[in-house]
Amino acid sequence: MRVVLVDAGGTNIGSVRYALQRLGTDAELTSSAAAIRAASHVILPGVGAAGPGMRMLREAGLVDVIRGLTQPVLGVCLGMQLLCERSEEADTECLGVVPATVRRFVDTPGLRVPHMGWNSLHVTAGHPLVAGLREGDTAYFVHSYAVPIGDYTLAASEHGMPFAAVVAAGNFMGMQFHPERSAGVGAQLLRNFLAL
Amino acid sequence: MLNRRIVPCLDVRDGQVVKGVRFRDHVVVGEIVELALRYRDEGADELVFYDITASPEGRRVDRDWVERVAREIDIPFCVAGGIRSVVDAREVLHAGADKVSINSPALERPALVGEIADAFGVQCVVVGVDSLRDDDGQWRVRQYTGDPSRTRALRKRTLDWIEEVQRLGAGEIVLNCMGTDGVRRGYDIEQLKAARAICHVPLVASGGAGTPEHFTEVFRDADVDAALAASVFHSGDIGIPALKRDLRAQGIEVRL
Repeated sequence: MRVVLVDAGGTNIGSVRYALQRLGTDAELTSSAAAIRAASHVILPGVGAAGPGMRMLREAGLVDVIRGLTQPVLGVCLGMQLLCERSEEADTECLGVVPATVRRFVDTPGLRVPHMGWNSLHVTAGHPLVAGLREGDTAYFVHSYAVPIGDYTLAASEHGMPFAAVVAAGNFMGMQFHPERSAGVGAQLLRNFLAL
Repeated sequence: MLNRRIVPCLDVRDGQVVKGVRFRDHVVVGEIVELALRYRDEGADELVFYDITASPEGRRVDRDWVERVAREIDIPFCVAGGIRSVVDAREVLHAGADKVSINSPALERPALVGEIADAFGVQCVVVGVDSLRDDDGQWRVRQYTGDPSRTRALRKRTLDWIEEVQRLGAGEIVLNCMGTDGVRRGYDIEQLKAARAICHVPLVASGGAGTPEHFTEVFRDADVDAALAASVFHSGDIGIPALKRDLRAQGIEVRL
C-alpha cells in the first residue's frame, strides 16, 4: 500500500497525515504527477476556498492527473467539493468526477454558517467506505458550502437542509467532515478507505 | 442534528497549562499533551489552547507544542494568542491547529481578520472578544487582558465589534464575559443573548461556568453553539461525561 496526500495547499494536510500515522500508515505528501499515479490510495485534503484550491491543482498540472486516476481517491472537506463539477463558491469549475454542484448553505434565520461542529451521519447506501458506521454516529464538520443529496450519497447529514456527508462515484469518494478530527468514527472511516 | 459543543480551554504559558482567577495569579496545572488527551478521552468536543502571555509580550506561539498536540489529538483544536499576521496564522495552522483565534491584534488592526480569512477560509478564523460592562451600562471591549498591568478599556462597544468582525470574515466568535469569568456563578446570559441576536456565525460562551446547570442555562437561554470553560474542568469539579449526560437529560443535543 502506498498512500499519497495531494498537496493542494490545504492547511489540514498535516492533521490528515498524523491521523493516518495513528492508523499505522505513513503517507507521502506530494504534488508529483508520477507519485500520485503510482499510489495505491490518493487523498485530496483541503481547507479553504474552491477557487484557490482549483488554481493550485491547475498550476501543479494535476487536474487531468486526478481526473484520470483509477485507484481509490478520497477528497476531504474542500477536497470532496473539488471532486464535484462546479462550486457556487466564486462560481468555480472543479474536477467533475462526482456529478454534483456544490451550493452555499441558504441564509435562514437562526441557521449559523459556517456549519461548525459535530453532526450526525445517516447512512443512505451500503458501501465498504461506510462499513461499521452506526445511525447517530457523529463527525466534525466545518464548511459553508455543501454537496446536495444525489445518487452518489453514502451518508447524509443535515444543517437547515439535508446534504451529502459521504459520497462515492466509482473510485472517487469524499467526506465533507474532517475524519482526521472526528475521533473514533473518523478513524474507522479512514481505515475503511485504506482497506479498499 | 448539530450538537452543542463543550470546549475546555487550556491556558498555556511557557509550554504548560496554567490557571488563574480573573486572569491573574496563574499556577501550573499540567502538561499540554497529557491534559489534551485526558479531555479528548472524557468527551470534549474541541479544545482551545490560549497562550495567555503571547499577545502582551509580542511573543509568538511556540509551534512545537502545537504539532505535538496535532499528532496526538483526533478532535479539533484552536490556538489563541500571539497571532498577529497571516504568517503567524499559517505557522500555527500548518503545525496542525484547525483554527486560530485572534483578539488583541484584531483590535489593533481589524484588517487582520479578513487577511487570515482570505488566506485560509473563514472556517479557521475565530475572533476572541473580552468584554466588560462599564459604569454607563454599556458592554465594551478590553484589550491585552492576558497581562493585568497592560489591560486597556476601549471605547469600542462589544456588540459593534461583534458585528464588525463578522463583516470582516470571522467564522466563529468567542465572547469572554470578564465580569463573570473565574467566579463560577454562571455565564453572562444577558450579554450572550444580546450577542446571539446579532451573531450569525457560531458563538462560543466563555466566563463563569461553575455548575452543570450553568451549561444548560447558557445553551437553552442564550442559544450559544458552544460553551467554553477552564477551571471547573481542570479542578475536576465538573466531569465532562456526567455534564453531557445532564445536558442530554435536559433536552440539549450533545455528542456522547
